Amino acid sequence: MSLYDTRRRTNTLATGLAWGAALFGLSWLLLILGSLAYEGLRGLSPSVFTQTTPPPGSVGGLMNAIAGSLVMTMIGVAIGAPLGMLAGTYLAEYGRYTKLATVVRFINDILLSAPSIVIGLFVYEVMVRPMGHFSAISGALALGLLVVPVVLRTTEDMLLLVPASMREAASALGAPRAMVIGQIAYRAARAGLVTGVLLAIARVSGETAPLLFTALNNQFWSSDLNAPMASLPVVIFQFALSPYKDWQQLAWTGALLITVTVLTLSIIARAFSAGRRN
Amino acid sequence: MSLVVSTSGDPAVKVSVRNLDFYYGGHHALKSVNLPLYAKKVTSFIGPSGCGKSTLLRVLNRMYDLYPGQRAEGEVLLDNENILDPAIDLNALRARVGMVFQKPTPFPMSIYENVAFGVKLYETLPRGELDARVEEALRGAALWDEVKDKLQSSGLGLSGGQQQRLCIARSVAVRPDIILFDEPCSALDPISTAKVEELIEELESQYTIAIVTHNMQQAVRVSDYTAFMYLGELIEFGKTDDVFNTPKEKRTLDYITGRFG
Amino acid sequence: MSDHIVKSYDRDLENLGRKIAEMGGLAEKMLAEAMEALSLLNIEVAQRVIATDARLDILQREIEEKAIMTIARRQPLAVDLRECIAAIRISGDIERIGDLAKNIAKRALKIASETRVTRATIGLKSMQEIAGMQLKDSLDAYAQRDIEKARIVWDNDAQLDALEDSVFRDLLTFMMEDPRNISFCTHLLFCSKNLERIGDHTTNIAETIIYLVTGEPMPVERPKGRDSSLNVINGEAL
Repeated sequence: MSLYDTRRRTNTLATGLAWGAALFGLSWLLLILGSLAYEGLRGLSPSVFTQTTPPPGSVGGLMNAIAGSLVMTMIGVAIGAPLGMLAGTYLAEYGRYTKLATVVRFINDILLSAPSIVIGLFVYEVMVRPMGHFSAISGALALGLLVVPVVLRTTEDMLLLVPASMREAASALGAPRAMVIGQIAYRAARAGLVTGVLLAIARVSGETAPLLFTALNNQFWSSDLNAPMASLPVVIFQFALSPYKDWQQLAWTGALLITVTVLTLSIIARAFSAGRRN
Repeated sequence: MSLVVSTSGDPAVKVSVRNLDFYYGGHHALKSVNLPLYAKKVTSFIGPSGCGKSTLLRVLNRMYDLYPGQRAEGEVLLDNENILDPAIDLNALRARVGMVFQKPTPFPMSIYENVAFGVKLYETLPRGELDARVEEALRGAALWDEVKDKLQSSGLGLSGGQQQRLCIARSVAVRPDIILFDEPCSALDPISTAKVEELIEELESQYTIAIVTHNMQQAVRVSDYTAFMYLGELIEFGKTDDVFNTPKEKRTLDYITGRFG
Repeated sequence: MSDHIVKSYDRDLENLGRKIAEMGGLAEKMLAEAMEALSLLNIEVAQRVIATDARLDILQREIEEKAIMTIARRQPLAVDLRECIAAIRISGDIERIGDLAKNIAKRALKIASETRVTRATIGLKSMQEIAGMQLKDSLDAYAQRDIEKARIVWDNDAQLDALEDSVFRDLLTFMMEDPRNISFCTHLLFCSKNLERIGDHTTNIAETIIYLVTGEPMPVERPKGRDSSLNVINGEAL
């Protein structure tokens, strides 16, 4: 048998294994999504969006949790995204060759991979304990802390992708540094920057752990940032663990809502970065 | 004997490079270079890769300042002002010394905005005047007729040659004294190259031009003076006709006739 | 000079040089034989000269074509460009020299039946010797890229001009002696003019060599014989 035949056979085998592994992984994902859709859709009704979380045994919805999630995510992103973008800009533009940048990048990498529960505990220590009570604002802050490293990383990466020649071209016209970054580099990296923020939103909107120690939960409608606030992940966590059938049903529905939201954000992010390439 | 040797005197000196040394960190990239750039003439820099010709170009607008570890020593006098002086306003200098790069670098904005960008940095013009300036620059870059109906569409949508002419328009719009071309045609097809060369010849009446090129025929075609550089040294400088016809240095002759290495 | 990076470029240029040398050899032979035909009134030799000219024309065309192709293909600069230009020019000069030699041979055929020619060709013979020497020297100078030798050729042309004058006077004397001489002497006058022109072409070659090596054109003024034949005519007429 020739060498070529052997190689071809090895190739077929390796390709087959790769396909098998991919299918194996995908099948679990489909199974999860399928059961989630099946269970979640059963409980989906207008009341989910119009009523607050019920006591066991009565009819209710997830309105306060959805609103809480939205509010805290929005505040978290509002705090974290600008911070991350500015820091990322520093790393990519001003501090590119400095020691400080290396240190910041290293710490950011640690932050990026830190378990979110650690972030939750940290905010609990520095905010919840001194304040004496759980609050929506501390939850938002915890989410914000999670947003920072994600946005920082994507911002830096996207700015580094902007060709040096573009910066040189702008500088060669006599544009000051800030102008080069603000008008040229940001514009060139715009799609990537938006993608980064969307990914950060997707990441934090499903976080449970940091909220458990900070915003806790709230059975009722609350718009007070200084008081505990409900959020979808925490409600899901709580309801899913409960022995009550209707709570479990709401947990499924909530999980479906989060999954759909994250999926949508991811798809939009994908579309953005695809559009950038064209 | 058909090759005419010009005997007219040299024109006014716009830039005078004196004892210029340049370092990339520890690498000594330019070794006491001395040469003039004559006003409203085209000077070409030729030489093998790594000879320092692009480096020399990037000293003239201090582009190297964007990067740490690069430093220049000596004097570069632009209208008798030393531009290597640390106190000099870099942005103002670069507005006076435009640069066109090897690869076209249109900004991610409309054609109009691309040209207006540099103008708006230093001048606040009423809309009408700005429009006129943009048109003038695009006409100057022989691009107006091709883009006048799509000024608001993205500069990235143009062809490579058009993009390069857009970049030239962008430089011209700022009304600099000097335009530096860093291998402006190396990424262009022959037709676009011809258009850019034609443009350089036209720009010569208003600007002092320096061009780095690997294409010796291009240097012969577009330039009045030629500097041949090798291993960071200026080997020969003179009228283009002389340098390409009767070079004084053997290394120049070997290089331009393809006998190197 | 060191070789080109592209070796076939060197071969192209060497080829041009070789072909020029071949042309030069042919032209030298034609010139010598044309004179032989004239002084001995040898029809056979004269016809051989005339036949050889075709070969010279073909060679010239080949050189021109090759030089043009080399310019198009290699885009030569400096000495290489002059090499191509020089090949075109020198081959043109040699081709003209061949034509002039052929013209002498043709005239030899025309006057072959005359009997009084031999005495009148002595001056022409020495003109031919000088022209032949000039041609040989210019070809050597080309082969060796020797500008000193080329300069000597350039200077020596004055000799030929002077000699032409004396040949002119001689022939005039012959014609005045006996009107029957007029016909063949007129032919011989043309032959002397041809030889003088051959000398001019060798100075052209010399100029081209100097241009080829130095890149500088020769000064416009060229040394002339003391009187041109034109002055002699005017002098006689006055």
